[in-house]
Amino acid sequence: MNGRFVRLAEQGRPTVNLKVDGSSIEALQGDTLMVALLTQGSSLRQSEFDSGRRAGFCLMGACQDCWVWTRSGERLRACSNEVREGLDIVTTQPEATWPLHG
Amino acid sequence: MATARLSANKVVIVGAGPAGIRCAETLLAAGFKPILIDENRRDGGQIYRRQPEGFTRDYATLYGTEAAKARDLHQSFDRLRGSIDYRPDTLVWNLTPGQLCCVSQGKHTTVEYDALILCTGATDRLMPIEGWQLAGTYSLGGAQIALKSQAVSIGRSVVFMGSGPLLYLVASQYVKAGANVAAVLDTSPLSKRILAMPKLLARPGLLFTGMKLLAQLYQAKIPVHLGIKPQQVLGDESTGVSGVRVSTARGETLTVNCDAVALGYHLRPETQLADLAGCRLRFDEASSQWLLAVDEDGRTSVNGVYAAGDGSKIRGADAAEHAGRLVAMALLEDLQQPLNAGLRDEQRHALAVMDQFRLGLAQAFPWPADQAKALPDAAIVCRCEMISAGELRRTVSEKGACEVNRAKAFSRVGMGRCQGRYCSQAGAEVIAAAAGVSVQQVGRQRGQAPVKPLSMLTEEVSP
Repeated sequence: MNGRFVRLAEQGRPTVNLKVDGSSIEALQGDTLMVALLTQGSSLRQSEFDSGRRAGFCLMGACQDCWVWTRSGERLRACSNEVREGLDIVTTQPEATWPLHG
Repeated sequence: MATARLSANKVVIVGAGPAGIRCAETLLAAGFKPILIDENRRDGGQIYRRQPEGFTRDYATLYGTEAAKARDLHQSFDRLRGSIDYRPDTLVWNLTPGQLCCVSQGKHTTVEYDALILCTGATDRLMPIEGWQLAGTYSLGGAQIALKSQAVSIGRSVVFMGSGPLLYLVASQYVKAGANVAAVLDTSPLSKRILAMPKLLARPGLLFTGMKLLAQLYQAKIPVHLGIKPQQVLGDESTGVSGVRVSTARGETLTVNCDAVALGYHLRPETQLADLAGCRLRFDEASSQWLLAVDEDGRTSVNGVYAAGDGSKIRGADAAEHAGRLVAMALLEDLQQPLNAGLRDEQRHALAVMDQFRLGLAQAFPWPADQAKALPDAAIVCRCEMISAGELRRTVSEKGACEVNRAKAFSRVGMGRCQGRYCSQAGAEVIAAAAGVSVQQVGRQRGQAPVKPLSMLTEEVSP
């Protein structure tokens, strides 16, 4: 599977380049991180509590299911932060391990 | 309720949606300069959320039948923005009497208040289904935000499942935007809608709009099934959703292939700040959930704390505009300021009509409490930390935890990063069913600070 989200309009915006887990991706200006990542992939992150992948849930900053991190360790909600040129995103939580369920 | 003399040096409104904006506008017209704090970067709340700079879709495309209202609200805000103390991108994460704890761009500050008006809005109300933790399941409101704010569909083939007017609104918005809608699956049977008709006729225009949406879906040949029982979101933990399975009103099993599910059962209010302020909540029989106890004009049980919009009573965006004006007038009255009694009566009357409609909606699209009882033990209730219905039931059967907060302490359902927003109401139903008592008896999850997770990197700065 390629992207999970499908762009339906507003595709004439200027492009922005950022890094996700070390790879370069191209997004559009005004994209949230969530849209930038999910138009090119099927999930955002690994659940800490089981072996499943997660791709966000509420898109309004309430569920916290879309956390990603900057290379320097700052936690961002992918649904409510826009892409910026040169942003360096990692999708695994730095230094965290939890007992897995199931 | 609040009658003691208030001082009005610092009036703070939390939330810049329809209620907060109309409240700020009314206070400004009366000569007050409120502080308006909003977690979002831009005004409009969720319903009239503005698209980012550089997007070009017009109001009609974005807001459909609500275009004129959206434009009017945005223009009103643009006019008052320079005259009030507007603080976007600011989360109120805790409060003590007279003081709000806020965080903005990683920095912590405090804001003092004499009067506080909470216009905190609502989020989707969710009932778990087996497999809803799979990537590709989104809240219904989230599916709408994806389209409205980012011009994307949540998937290549989307199932809309749940109940309530938003189900049809968002599905038809997806169809209109060119997305592929695989099916609309409503847990409410047609008979409930017919019974609710007298109450829904309180707002004939809105009822007609709702029927038009349904007609558009039929016209677009979207399969619409009423009275279904959700069984499972199908898929794989690494690739996500591949379909849904439900039983139809006739009792047959129906499987629909899709790669995304938009799930929701109307809305639940954001009451955490009011709860922390000590405001009383009451159990609303009609919608079977806890709402803020407010008087007709929006006074809470705590002196100097007011509330309006969906955060106090789920009546929708039109009502929120009226309630925002009305709550401002309640504050003005408590401050012994002159009032336009005619304008106040207008708002009260409009809200009474909308309340009738609210009761109609609750009857037409009921909260499916029975689903919680029928949830298999293996189904996940807490998506945040992967806690199953079986684990929650064991806290009742083995530890005797028949109260929501006690069961939360044992099971962690409601303790994850969403802080119970998406599991607590369903969790209460699971506990009530396991304990054999009414959902009202098991109580409600108490609000806790911080009302949303804070970053460990948050810096303290002097006010």
